[in-house]
Amino acid sequence: MKNEDLIAKLKTIVQPYVQDEDAFKNLSEETTFVGDLKINSANLVDIILDVEDEFDIRIENEEMEQMLSVKAAMAIVNSKITS
Amino acid sequence: MTSKDIISLLPYEAPFLFVDGLSKISEAGATGYYTFKETEYFYKGHFKAHPVTPGVILTECMAQIGVVCLGIYLLKDEITENFKPEIALTSSAVDFYLPVFPGETVTVISEKTVFRFHKLKCNVKLFNQKEELVCRGTISGMLKPKGND
Repeated sequence: MKNEDLIAKLKTIVQPYVQDEDAFKNLSEETTFVGDLKINSANLVDIILDVEDEFDIRIENEEMEQMLSVKAAMAIVNSKITS
Repeated sequence: MTSKDIISLLPYEAPFLFVDGLSKISEAGATGYYTFKETEYFYKGHFKAHPVTPGVILTECMAQIGVVCLGIYLLKDEITENFKPEIALTSSAVDFYLPVFPGETVTVISEKTVFRFHKLKCNVKLFNQKEELVCRGTISGMLKPKGND
């Protein structure tokens, strides 16, 4: 999947849980979910579950702990959908 | 794990413990009960000269029985001697249908919908002694053993 398509899909998933709208407007690969977007820990789980459904993948505990930024999320999704 | 064990692990005490007992607990959900004593502190102000159990307290009762007790049960394999569950309510959406007056016993029934990455989400219903639905909703929380990510 092209990077911009992947980011667009992630943005759609993340949007309902975002607390910092300005950070969301300027979202890049470097954006972090908790630090920048001010998403709480429970909603981070919701995002992971939505990502699993959207891409039909299964994310493990260790991977979830690494999914702190858009970039990390993209890497994990890419490794799962291409494998 | 017995319901007594679970209740002893709850991080609450009077006047903010709203669990008297659990009648059923499994991986799928929990059922428990609580009697609102006429001396509960919040009846003094809710409402003036007309005591009615506040909705936030009913929500708390639903969360303590339906989410926290169930969560402790679900974490039972991670329990150690110094086990202290670290808990946080993260969302609640509850609809109310009937009032609960001082002295009433309520029964809470919860069904687990999601338990992953330490987030527990449940559909929870609260009934009065006449088995009428008082309120129902969806409540979520984060639960994990302390000092253990």
